Order: sequence, then structure tokens, then C-alpha cells
Amino acid sequence: MQLLIFSVFAAGAIIFSLIMITNNRSVVSAMSMVGTMFCLAALYVLLDAHLLAALQIIVYAGTIMVLFLFVIMLLNLREKEGVGAVAEHNIFFQFGGILIIGYLFIKVVGAIRESLPSGTVSVGRDFGTVSAVGKVLFTDYLLPFEVASILLLAAVVGAVILARNIKRKDA
Amino acid sequence: MTLNHYLILGAILFSIGVVGVLTRRNAIIIYMSIELMLNAVNLTLIAFSRYLNDLDGHIFALMIMTVAAAEAAVGLAIIISLFRSKESVNVDDFNILKG
Repeated sequence: MQLLIFSVFAAGAIIFSLIMITNNRSVVSAMSMVGTMFCLAALYVLLDAHLLAALQIIVYAGTIMVLFLFVIMLLNLREKEGVGAVAEHNIFFQFGGILIIGYLFIKVVGAIRESLPSGTVSVGRDFGTVSAVGKVLFTDYLLPFEVASILLLAAVVGAVILARNIKRKDA
Repeated sequence: MTLNHYLILGAILFSIGVVGVLTRRNAIIIYMSIELMLNAVNLTLIAFSRYLNDLDGHIFALMIMTVAAAEAAVGLAIIISLFRSKESVNVDDFNILKG
């Protein structure tokens, strides 16, 4: 049963991500990315990571996706600008890069297959719940948590400054 | 269901993200591919966390989500300001740092 659920959502994630990188229209890509994120959230539930599954949907399918759609809408790109096109000139380097990544991928999978112990591990009932993760987050990892808030503040300030409409003198 | 299933899925998704970054020229889709790679790493971390019965991986995944949100905000602001100056999001048009 678990394997069936895993197979369905894993196949969904792979298919949606393939649509995402191959489709010519930005909006279709963004929607496929939402599909990938939902499939990954389902897999997190399967891994007993309930809090992270909820956060995945809220942060990715909610926030980041709205941001992407806003930018796509704001820029109002037309098809004829060739935004979907694959670059022609340095195609040699692209295929070289893909070959290297493919080799890396095969090596990683091979190393995983022969090294790791397999089998099921049982976890406690409260593994991955809000209270369990929150207890770890606010005791052992309190400093990283506070640093993350400063990072978010810096990102807000940076985004506002970058996207601000600067009036030029020569314009 | 073993750990290997999740690790292999994470590797596949990461590779798809790398192929997207290398082949597409639309800056927005390159950003989406980067988000996909971050998510593949998240899946790997959570799978390890589950099979080692240790919640530290959840915290790492949480931090990666935070960084991804900050990165998306700043990155899309950069794309907007680049579009303002060049009227394009094709990364081949941006070579102003070339010596």
C-alpha cells in the first residue's frame, strides 16, 4: 500500500517537473511546479513529516508560486521573444554538462545501492509533529532560528531596493 | 518502502533541475529549476531524518525553505530590474559583466 502511494506521487513529481523544464509557456511551467510541490508534500506525509508537509504547501504552492505568477504577469512576455527557446550557440557545453551530470547521477545511485542498509525503521507517534519539531527548533537550534529571521529581513529590504523604480537624470 | 526509493527519487529530481538550469534560457524558468533542486535536497534530508529517527533533518529542511523563500524574493526582484533595463528575460542577453 505504501509502495503504491509512493509510486503514484513519485511518478507525479517526475512528470510535473519534466513538463516544467520542457514547456515553452512560463505559466504552464509555474503550474507544473505547483504540481511537483504538492506531490512532494504528499511524500513528506508518507515520511511522517507532517509539519513540513503543511509548510511545503503554504510556502511553495502559496507564497513562492504567487510571486512567480506575479512576475510572469507583470513582465507580460510574448511568445515571439523566444523566451522558451533553447540557446543555439553553446549547445556543445550544454550537452557536455548534461553528460557530466548524468555520470554523477549514475555514480551516486550506484554508491547508494551498495552502501546503505535497507529496511524499515519505526519511529515514535509524535515524530515530525509541530510539538516535536518545535521543541528541537526552540532548544537546540534557537540561534539558527533567530539568524533566519535576520536573513528574511535582509531579503525584504534587498527586494524592495532592487525592484524600486529609480528615476534617472538622463531619462 | 526503503530509504533507497526516496534517495533515488531525490537524485532524479535534482538531475531534472540541473538539466533545466543548463538548457533553458528563460531566467524565470531557471529560477524554477533551482527551486526544484532545493526541493530534491529537502526530500533527501527528510528521508534520512525519518530512517535515522532523528529530527535534525527536519530543522535543516526548514532552514532550506527559509533560504529558498528569501532567494526567490531577491531573485525575482533582480529579474524585474534586469527586464527594466534590457526588455528581456533571456539570459543570453545579459552579458554586461563580460570584460
